[in-house]
Amino acid sequence: MESVIVYGAINSITFALTAIGFSLVYGVSRVPNFAHGAIYVLVGFITWSLVNDLNLNYGLSIIISLAIASLIGLGIYQFVLIRLRGMPTSEIIASFAVSLIILEGLRLQGVGGFKGFIGPNYVLKPFFDGKIEISGVFVDYQRLIVVGAGVALAAILWLFTHYTKMGLSLRAIAQDEQAALMLGINSDRAGMTAMAIGSALAGLAAVIILPLGNITAEAGYHVLIYALAVCIIGGLGSWAGTILASFLVGFAMKFSTFMFGAVWESVVLIGTIILVLLIRPSGLLGKQKELEERV
Amino acid sequence: MSDVTLLDVRNLSKSFGGVRAIVDISFKLNQGEVLGVIGPNGAGKTTLVNILTGFIKPDHGQAFYKGRNIIGMTPDKIANLGLARTFQVMRPLHSLPTYKNLIVPLNSPRIKKAAGGKLGNLDSVAIDILEEIGFERDARVPYKTAGSLPLGYQKRLELARCIALRPEIILCDEVFSGLSMSEISSMIPLVEKFVMEGMTLIMIEHRLRELFRVANKVLVMNFGVKISEGPPQEVMKQDNVKAAYIGGERSK
Amino acid sequence: MAAQDVRKKRLDRSINVRSTGLYALNSYREMAYLLAPRLLLIVGLLALPLFLDHYWQRVFCTAGVFAILALSFDFLAEYVGLVCLGGALFIGFGGYGAGLLNSEFGLPPWASIPLAAVIGACVSTVVIMPCLRLRGIYFAIITFMLPLFARNVIVALGLFGSTEGITGLDTLPNIWVEQYVILIGVLIVLFALRRFVSEDVGLIMMGIKDNDQAVLAAGISIFRYRVLAVFIAALIGCFAGAYLSHLYGWLGLSLFAMDFSILPIAATVMGGMGTLVGPVIGALMLSPLSEALRGMGQLRVVLYCFILLIFILYKPEGLMNFLERKYHQFERVEKV
Repeated sequence: MESVIVYGAINSITFALTAIGFSLVYGVSRVPNFAHGAIYVLVGFITWSLVNDLNLNYGLSIIISLAIASLIGLGIYQFVLIRLRGMPTSEIIASFAVSLIILEGLRLQGVGGFKGFIGPNYVLKPFFDGKIEISGVFVDYQRLIVVGAGVALAAILWLFTHYTKMGLSLRAIAQDEQAALMLGINSDRAGMTAMAIGSALAGLAAVIILPLGNITAEAGYHVLIYALAVCIIGGLGSWAGTILASFLVGFAMKFSTFMFGAVWESVVLIGTIILVLLIRPSGLLGKQKELEERV
Repeated sequence: MSDVTLLDVRNLSKSFGGVRAIVDISFKLNQGEVLGVIGPNGAGKTTLVNILTGFIKPDHGQAFYKGRNIIGMTPDKIANLGLARTFQVMRPLHSLPTYKNLIVPLNSPRIKKAAGGKLGNLDSVAIDILEEIGFERDARVPYKTAGSLPLGYQKRLELARCIALRPEIILCDEVFSGLSMSEISSMIPLVEKFVMEGMTLIMIEHRLRELFRVANKVLVMNFGVKISEGPPQEVMKQDNVKAAYIGGERSK
Repeated sequence: MAAQDVRKKRLDRSINVRSTGLYALNSYREMAYLLAPRLLLIVGLLALPLFLDHYWQRVFCTAGVFAILALSFDFLAEYVGLVCLGGALFIGFGGYGAGLLNSEFGLPPWASIPLAAVIGACVSTVVIMPCLRLRGIYFAIITFMLPLFARNVIVALGLFGSTEGITGLDTLPNIWVEQYVILIGVLIVLFALRRFVSEDVGLIMMGIKDNDQAVLAAGISIFRYRVLAVFIAALIGCFAGAYLSHLYGWLGLSLFAMDFSILPIAATVMGGMGTLVGPVIGALMLSPLSEALRGMGQLRVVLYCFILLIFILYKPEGLMNFLERKYHQFERVEKV
C-alpha cells in the first residue's frame, strides 16, 4: 500500500511536469501545442544521439537538446501557427499534422538508410544510480529527482509569471488578449516565447523522466494524452487545477493498477475525463469557463 | 398597458472577478410597457440583458417571468418561453441568405408548438416576416447574404429574428446605435408599431431622444446600481441622473 | 506602353441568372453546364472499376471507405463546426459491430452492415455526447483520443478476441459487388449530405457553426442538433467500418488505427473543405498513394501529414474549391 502512495505521488508529479508546458502554451496563445508530446520524445532521442553517437558530455547534450527544442517550438509557431491564427479548425489540424510528422518520422525504418528509432536500445542514463528507501518502499534516485525537479519547476514558473515582465505579459494575454494588446503587449512575440518555453519544458520533462525507462515514439502520444487529460480535468486558467488534477489522475491510475492490474490504467483515465466532463465541464478548478461553450 | 406583471426581477447581482457589474438590481415590467434602460458606458446594461436571457448566470438574485424563475435556464429555453433579444454586436448568420436566417427561429419548439405543424412553407413565412419588418422596398434584399447587408438592415434582421419567435417581450440591446439619421427615422416607426401591437419591450439605449419617444418608463443604471426609475421626463430632471451623464457619454 | 498591350480578361462562364443555390436555366446549354461535372463524376466513378486490374480494384474498395470517412469529417467540420479527429472510432465500432453480428449471430453481410451502422452510430454518439461540451480544440483532441481508449478498453477487458481479433467473417460475394456496394454508398452519402445541408435542419447546423449564440437566442437547443449531426456522421462512418470488416473477412484492433483518423483529414483538406465532393476526390487520390507506399511503413503517415500541412498553409481552399472557381470564371490574357 505504501508503494501505491509513494509511486502515486511520483506519478502525479510526472504528469504535472509534462502537462505544465502544454498548459502554459495553450493558456497564452490559445493554440494547443499538439507537438508537445512530439518534442518530448524528440528531445529524448536527440540527447541520446548526442551522447551516444557524438560522445558529448551528458549535461552538455541536455542543454543543447533543450535549446533545439525551443528552436523547434519557435519554428512551429513562426512557420505554421502564425499563418493560421484565428482559424481554429486549421490550427488544430495543422499542429496535429506537425506532431504526427515528427512522431511518425521518428519511427521510420529503412528509408534511405535511416534506421529509425525503434527498439529497446534507446535508453538515457539516469543521473544517479542507486535507490533509497522511503517508509519501506525502494525508490530510485532518479525518481526523487523527478519530484524535486517538478517542485522546483513549479516554483520557478510561479516566480517567472508573477515577477518578470515577460511572465506577467504572458499571464495578461492568457486572461484577456485584446486588453493585453491594447496595453502594448506584442501577442505574437509572447506566443513565440510561450512556445519556446513550453517546448523547453517538454524537453526538460523528457530528460528527467525518460531515464526511468526507454525512449519510444509511442511515449509521444501518451504524453500528449496525459497532458491533455490533466488540463481538461484540472481546468484551464488554473495551474493549481493542473497540479491538482495531476495528483488526482496520478493516484487514481496507480491505485487502479494496484487493485485491478496495469491494463486498466488508461480506462481509468478516460473514465475520469468523461466523468469530469459530465459533472463539471470547466474542470475541477477551472476559473474561466474555457472548456464549456461560451454560454 | 396592463397591470399584468410579466417580468419580476429581484436583487440581481453579478461580479466578474473584482468588478461588480451589477449590484442588487430589481424592477418589475408589466405587459405592454416599454422600459428604457439607460446609463453611461459600463453601467452593466448589457450584462443585465445577458443575465435575463440566460447567457450569464448571476451571483445572486432571481427573475420571474410569468411566475417562473428563469435564472439558471439556458438561453434557448428562455427564448422559447417568449423572451427574445437582439445582440448589440450583431450576429447574423453570415453565410446564409437573409431569409434563411429566420428559418432558425421558425424551427424552434415555440413556433412548432404554436403552429401545430400548419406553418406551411417556411421560406415564404420568413419572407413575409421580412416584408413586415421593412425589407419590402427592395425586393431582392431578402435573398442577399446576411453578412453583406448594410447596418440598418442588419439591425432589422435582428429584430426580425426576434419577431419570428412570436415573443411576448423583446429585449433590444442598442437597436438605434450606429445608425444614420435616415436609418433611425425609419426604425422608429417600426418600434412604434410593435408597441401599438401590444409588444412589451425593454430597450437598452444611448440615444435618449429617440428612446424617449417610445419609452413610458426608464431605469437608470450607473456602475451596476439602479439610481433611478420612473417616467422619462421626471427621471431626467433628477440630479443624480444628470451627474451620472456629465462627463460621460454624450447623447448624439 | 508595353504594360498595357496585354491584360487579363476574366470571363464569367456561369449561368446568367443565379443566386445562391437557385439557378434559372435558360437553355439546354446552361443545363449541360451544370450537369456536366456532376455526370462526369458519377459516370466516371461508376465506370472506373472496369478499367482496373484486380489489385487496384481492392484498393478502390478501401478508397471508398476513406471517402466516406472524409465525407463524415467534412460534414462535421465545415457544416456543423465540430472538428472530429477520431474517424477510427466509427470504423472500429462499425467494424466490430458487423463482425460480431456476423460471427455471434450469424447474420449475413447485407443484414449485419446496416444494423452495425445503426448500432455503432448509437454507441459512438453516446460516447461523444459528453465531449460536446468542450470547446472546439478540446473536442478535437478528445475525439482523437477516443479510438485509442476504445482500443485499450477492448484489450483490458479481453473482449471480442482482444489482440487477435476474430477471423472467418463472411465476405461479400465477389469483387464486383464489393466495389459497387461501396461506390454506391459513397455516391448516396455524398448526394444525401448535399441535400441535407440545404434542408432546414442542415441550415440550423450551419447556423450553429456560424454563430451559436444567435441560434440559442432564437430558441434552438444547439446540443440536440449537435448530437444529431454526430449521429449522422457516425452512421456513415460506422457503415464504412461495417463494410470494411466484411471486406477483409476479419476484425481486429487495427480497425481503430490512426490511419483511419488521419487520411480522411488529409483527403478533406487537400480536396477542399466544405465541398463534400472534394474530400471524396481527395480520398480517391490519397488512398492509392497510401497503398503504393505500404512498403515504406510509417512514411505514409508522414507523407499525408506533410501534404496536409502544405495544403493548409498554402492552399487552404483545396482542390475542389479552386477548380470550382476556375470552372465558373477563368482568366485569359489577351491583347488590348
